[in-house]
Amino acid sequence: MDVSGLPVERSIRPYLIGLGLALILTAIPFALVATGALARGTTLVIIAIAAIIQILVHLGFFLHIGFRSTPRENLIALAFAGVLIFFMVGGTLWIMFDLYYRMMV
Amino acid sequence: MTAGASTMTDVAGPGSEAANYEERAFGFWLYLMSDGIIFALLFATYVVMLGQTAGGPTGKELFSLERAAGETALLLLSSATFGFAAVATAANERSRVLLWLIVTVLLGIGFLFLEYGEFAGMIAQGAGPDRSGFLSGFFTLVGTHGLHVSIGSLCILVMIGQVLFKGLTTPVVSRLARVGLFWHFLDIVWVGIFSVVYLPGLL
Repeated sequence: MDVSGLPVERSIRPYLIGLGLALILTAIPFALVATGALARGTTLVIIAIAAIIQILVHLGFFLHIGFRSTPRENLIALAFAGVLIFFMVGGTLWIMFDLYYRMMV
Repeated sequence: MTAGASTMTDVAGPGSEAANYEERAFGFWLYLMSDGIIFALLFATYVVMLGQTAGGPTGKELFSLERAAGETALLLLSSATFGFAAVATAANERSRVLLWLIVTVLLGIGFLFLEYGEFAGMIAQGAGPDRSGFLSGFFTLVGTHGLHVSIGSLCILVMIGQVLFKGLTTPVVSRLARVGLFWHFLDIVWVGIFSVVYLPGLL
């Protein structure tokens, strides 16, 4: 652990791997939208999956989050933020679209 | 180095310099998490507002896939170049740190330039944030991210100055690491923006 509270970075390898993976995961959904090769629903699912994988790639290779290397309290804060986001975003969408549906009927 | 730093903390106690920097890193991490929650809720607001176009233009008419791809490429590359700067910092190579920081900030400014053109074009054709609920949600979400990138670019410029005039001292390295976290975090938010706003909007 250095003064930054993060592991010392000795190699550009993780950044190159992360950049390569991120470019692939960006190119796939952009290409699908540009060409319209697949059905709308399928494309949306692929966009969502590519985004989730890409966020994990960014967390791992750019922010260097790891179960062993990252301080425990940072991981707990990240998990807590994830739980809050899940409830607040999920709750918002559930309530608002339920309301929308009920007002349409 | 790892053992040395933690030993120093143990010996010197909570008020020591090393403990101080670790506390700052953790505090900044907590800030990033709360910022992430703000962005998540702006995403939720945008999705709720998506259908409320009030007879105005939709995303399909307003967004440009080429521009979104260009913005994405600039931000992605800048995340990697900031990483190269971080590696150069760890290796204590000042001129390489400066080089990569300058490349990073140029990519960031390029992104802001593209985004400014997009916003100005939309407002000029009467599709500003006051046009519909959908556009209010769009400008709030994407504008907040743009504001963060502006502040991040400013921070990188300040850090270029500090590396130039103060050198890679402990406080400068510690600040640089936090700006790096901020910059990589903004790239994650952008992944959400192109996946939730631009791509589904243009589909």
